[in-house]
This record gives sequence, structure tokens and C-alpha cells, in this order.
Amino acid sequence: MDFNDTPQEAEFRAEARAWIAANAPAHLHDALASSTFGGLNTGGEDPIEVSKDWQKKKAEAGWACLMWPTEYGGRGASPIENVIWNQEEGVYGKLSSMFIIGHGMCGPTMIAYASEEQKQRYLPKLASGEEVWCQLFSEPHGGSDLAGLRTRAEKDGDEWVINGQKIWTSGAQNSDYGILITRTDPNVAKHKGLTMFFLDMRSPGVDIRPIKQVNGQSGFNEVYFDDVRIPDAQRLGAVGDGWRVSLTTLMNERMAIGGSIPTGVPELLELVQSLAKDGGSAIEDPAVRSKLADWYAKSAGLRNTASRAISALSKGDIPGPENSIGKLVAGGLMQDVAKFGMDLQGFGSVLMDPKIAEGSARFQAMLLRSPAVRIEGGTDQILRNIIGERVLGLPDDMRADKGLPFNEIPSGN
Amino acid sequence: MNFDFSEDEKLVQEQTARYLTDKCGTDAVRAVLEGNEAYSSDVWQGLADMGLMGTALPEAYGGVEAGYLTLCLVAQELGRAVAPVPFSSSIYLAAEALRMFGSETQKELWLPKLATGEVVGTVAVTEGLIEAAADNLQTTVSGGAVSGRKLAVADGGIADLAVVLARGDQGVDMVLVELSGSGVSRHAVETVDPTRDTATIVFDGASSEMLGEPGAGWTQLDRLYDRAAVLFAFEQIGGAQAALDMAVGYANERFAFGRAIGSFQGLKHMMADMYVALKLAESNCYYAAWALASDSPELPLAAATARVSAIQAYQLCSRDNIQVHGGMGFTWEFDCHLYYRRSNYQTLQLGGLSVWENKLIDALAAAA
Repeated sequence: MDFNDTPQEAEFRAEARAWIAANAPAHLHDALASSTFGGLNTGGEDPIEVSKDWQKKKAEAGWACLMWPTEYGGRGASPIENVIWNQEEGVYGKLSSMFIIGHGMCGPTMIAYASEEQKQRYLPKLASGEEVWCQLFSEPHGGSDLAGLRTRAEKDGDEWVINGQKIWTSGAQNSDYGILITRTDPNVAKHKGLTMFFLDMRSPGVDIRPIKQVNGQSGFNEVYFDDVRIPDAQRLGAVGDGWRVSLTTLMNERMAIGGSIPTGVPELLELVQSLAKDGGSAIEDPAVRSKLADWYAKSAGLRNTASRAISALSKGDIPGPENSIGKLVAGGLMQDVAKFGMDLQGFGSVLMDPKIAEGSARFQAMLLRSPAVRIEGGTDQILRNIIGERVLGLPDDMRADKGLPFNEIPSGN
Repeated sequence: MNFDFSEDEKLVQEQTARYLTDKCGTDAVRAVLEGNEAYSSDVWQGLADMGLMGTALPEAYGGVEAGYLTLCLVAQELGRAVAPVPFSSSIYLAAEALRMFGSETQKELWLPKLATGEVVGTVAVTEGLIEAAADNLQTTVSGGAVSGRKLAVADGGIADLAVVLARGDQGVDMVLVELSGSGVSRHAVETVDPTRDTATIVFDGASSEMLGEPGAGWTQLDRLYDRAAVLFAFEQIGGAQAALDMAVGYANERFAFGRAIGSFQGLKHMMADMYVALKLAESNCYYAAWALASDSPELPLAAATARVSAIQAYQLCSRDNIQVHGGMGFTWEFDCHLYYRRSNYQTLQLGGLSVWENKLIDALAAAA
């Protein structure tokens, strides 16, 4: 047991480190490092512009989408090299947030299902950040129950006509393309009547409306489709095979290595060491110690679980099922930590002004961001179902829609 | 990064697991529970025959010198089997104390016998209904003669040798007492976990030898506990895994309302939370194993972190295993209570959760 790189890994790390030192936008370092939860601080510069600049620079030198084949703009790197790159990229990795969906989910789906010509056309520009992609999956009636989605696609000659609504689409307002899952046959069971496409987000009939969130930001959108036409050539996978295609996308999301999901624990430690309480430092208070110990142990557990996953990748293995606990633990942890950090500071901590609130209002930002972490990409409840059923092997829940054609499934309001 | 156990280490684990599955089923645990014997001498002998007590002890003192990483995995299997043997007292504590603080003579005399299991050792600290601390010990040692009462000593009824904490001329001393000698009387006490032998030991001028430095007893105990905590934590995650497996097995078989109860989200989510607690603890145990085996300066923090999360995981898994079983889980006949008892007994050995939370924060503050 050790924490050392293999010689090849060390060589790769040195190369990555040297390139980053020579090329990263160092003037943004401190601003990026101080970015609070759910926000990106680029020191007053346009976040989209600086993100695209860094992505383009990486792509030109072969440091974008490392695991993709080189002919599509990647590096053909191994999973462990990708992990090492992410470690070395450090705070500059925050500039990738607007590309995460495109690189992590749309790209791998295109690699698996698009034609060779399409791959040549779209993937390099996706990798370089020149074109931004989004993923149009969730709907008002299909979130946790994704396969309950209702957006229709009807064949008309060589084209499909799309009508319906998507929601919670991250980054749609900045996107050039998107992958879209639709219902093409409502007369069969819900998983069987779905078909996947990709489309130009500027197609006539696409209407994008940002959603104002609890924390005042608008990362998510509603996207309306009103007779939007998509060429059949932009279908991904067979008609009726959309569920299987979507699993390819979601599997790529689950391969992402946890441990980097923020928990707020380091911030809380810093706070209680500096904060005065009852004539001493807050860290001397027994209640603080007990809670901090519990939360530290959980955050350390996440970090050490990530190390196990990285070790598996280093050996060429697939990370074990324990890797599935990351977001479930981190989301609730961040929420608890935020509340406690504010509790320690009294009523004054309701203030959100970053010039007044402790640490540029980081606990306040955590408080208002954390509810989303517990929902996006699988709610806490769905994640517990996944752990229960796929990891522990417990039986599926009883389903009221099992075997029914989609159009006969009870739908409430 | 190679944050995993080696094939050789895992092989010893598999051999241990195979042996315990075969010879240390719950019938063996229940024989001790029912009071038929103080510990399972058959299992103890079997473990000795496999050389497992000497796993991490130096070859020079009769050990196998297979390293602490291997010993961690052996501990995990002993925990999984709820083994009713004095392994933790004798090996993680007594043998380790001798290895760390013993003179050459003491090591040569005792370690080979501990390594073969012919001598059982333990540590005697607790005196009353309060968490033991350097400033509340009443037992004294003067001119080598120990006097006082140790209220709860794990394996105190079967041990031949005890590492005793007592107040001496220069502060707290750690001393070695042969329990067969004069001035020692002991009697078994009833505890929440009858599968572990526990005794009250009264010393009345019993002769002893200094172990380590005079007056350094409590500091030495802290260092000893940091190491032992890692091994206890592995026993705890082994037990937690067994309790979770038992819950999942039952939830798949037991039907109510026309369906397997494991399909109900109320239970499914509870078991998912048991899994999460267990995996956090397991990963922290891996890190602590590394710190233990590599003598890392991070050991105090890593050990406390592993211990805190292992206590939480085992308590949660053993408690909710009963919940999954419903009323049957509260019967003597079902094995649920074996894990519930052991988890709560082990939580309090070496100091309970609050003690280790405090150690964790002290180590964290020192590192920052």
C-alpha cells in the first residue's frame, strides 16, 4: 500500500504540471480559488470568455477531453492520466464547469452513436470549447422517473417534429447543441418508446427560458419545443432505443470520480479555529468538537474512498461500488455544515454581503446551494434506491406502471 | 497510487475467513454467550495453529512478521465472525505494549508465548463508572507492589498477564503483572456482551515490573491506543459488514403485504445508509492501516478518524439490522443481538466515541 505514482504516472504528472505552469491564466488563480459554492469568481472578467480561452488553449496543446481519441480532439489518455490531469489542473479546473455536461455526457454519447462524419464535425469543436453542448433529459413530468418523459417526436419524411418541454437543462442558454431524449411511441411500455437525437439549439421553435433559483443564480433553464424539426440523420441509436442510449450517457456520469465534491468541512475547521466562543476558541467547545469530528470523519471517508477508486483506475480496474456514495454524503454534509457554521456566528450571519460576511459569505452560499446538490444528477432518495437495488441486491420497488403502455400509465396532474 | 491491500495480504484474510466460517460459526459464539465456557478455546487454538497471533510480531520474538496490513485484515475477519476469543486484548494491546515499551528481557520472555497463544495478555485500565484518565486513577504502585481495583478488564478472567495502569512515584506508570501470582484476585462480571470474557481484578500488593518509562504510563497508553484503535476499527467494520449482510439477506427472504420487505423504501433506504456508513468507515480504515503500517506521523489523526467512523458504522448497522428483522430481531434465537452486543462493547473499549472525537479534533488542530 502506498500513495506513490508509478514511473509512467510520475512522468505524465510532471509533463502536465510543467505545461500548466507555463500556460495557465495565473492572474485568475486567486479569484478562482476564492470562488464560493455554486459561483465562479473570475476577478471581474467575463466568465464565459475566460473559460473558452483556457479550454481552447488546452485543446491546441492536446490537454482537452483527455480520454477521447486524438482524432476527435482528445489525447487518448487512460482514466488514471485523466485523474492526474484534474489534480494538477487544480483551481483552473473550475473554468471547465460550463463544459462538464458536454464533455462528460454529450461527447461520450456522440462517440458511441454518431456517424463518423458527425464525430469529425462536432467532437473537436466540443472538446475545444468552441461549441458548447447541453443535455435535454429531465421534464416537468419526468425527473427521477426520467423514462416518464412526454416530449414527442413524430416522423415527417426525413425529419422529426418535436413538441414538448424540458426543464433543469444546465447551461442551455449558452449552448450551441444539445442531446435530446424524446417519446416516439406512446403505445408501448415507457422505456421502449424513447428515441435520442442531437440538435442545433438555434433551430426555429426552440425557446430557452432561464429559471431563477433559490440562490438567485440561473444555471438551469426550461426549454420549450414548438414544431422543432430535426433531420433523421441526427438520431442517435435506433428508434425506440433511446433508453439504452441514455444509459450510456448516465454511465459516463457515474464513472466520474467523487471526492472532489465540496463538503464545507475544511471551511468549518478554519472558522472554528479563528472564531471566539465563551472566552476561548470555538474549537474548544465540546459541542463543536463532536460535530466537527463526525463531519471530518465523513469527509475523510469520501477522500479515502476516492483514493480507492483512483487506485483501481491505476491498475486498469473499474472503481468499486463504494464509489457511488460520494454525492449522497457530500450534499447533506454541506447543508449541515453550512447551517452550523452560520449558527456559530449568530444572527449577523444572515447577511449575504461578501464584504461583511465571513469568508466572502461562503457559508451563506453553501446554505443556498446545497439543496440543489441533494437533487441534481439523482436525488438522495434515488441514490439510496440505486445503492439498495444495484449494490446491495435488494428487490425493486413495486411499480404501478410496470408493463403498461405509456399512454395508459396513471399520471395525476 | 496503490491504496489497496496486496494479494499476499488478502490471501491471509481469505484463509482466516475460511477457517472462521468453518470453525467459528454462531454456534461457537453462542456456546460462550450461554456461559458454557469463558472463551472459545478451540477457536483460539485454531488461530494459534495458523500462526495468526504472531502475524505482525517480529520473527526474532516468534512472530511471522507479515506486517500490520495483514493483521488489519485478520482483525476484520475476527470482527465479522464475532469471534469469542481474547485476540484483541492479547495481541493488539498486551503484545503491542510489550513490543513498544518492553525491555529486551521482557520481550524475549513474553512475546514468543503471546505469539503462540499459550499466554493470554490484556490491559487493565478502567476503575469506575467514569472514563479513565491520568488524573482519576486510584490504583497505586509502590516499590513494584500494585494495589487497587480494576472494575472491568476485557479477558481479565482468562488472561495470564496484564498491562496495568497505576499511580507511581513519578506519575502514572505502566506495569506488567502476572495474574497467577499472589496478591491478585479476580471474578467474572456480567456485561452487555457475554461473548467476551470480562472480569474485575483486585490487586493487593501484587508484584509487578515497570513497562517503559516511570511516570510515562499514560502517554504510553495513548500511543498504544492509537495503534490498537486501527485494529479495533477493522474488527468493527468486519462486524458491521456481517450485520448489514444479515439484514439484506433477511429483507430479501421475508415477505409482508405480498412482497419482499427489502422492496419497501423505508427499509431499503435504511440499509443504503448502513452501506454508506460502512464504506466511509472502511475507506478510513484503509488509510489508518497505511498510517499504522508505515509509522506515519499522521497515525493519531488517521486512527481517530477510522475509530470514530467504525464505531458509528458498527453501532448503526447492528442496531438497524435488528430493526429490519422486526420482532424476530429481538429474540435470543436470532443472531442480531450478537452484533448489537459486540458493537456496543467494542465502542467503549479504548475509550468511547466522545473520547475518540476529542482525540480526532486534537490531532486535527495540531496538524493545521
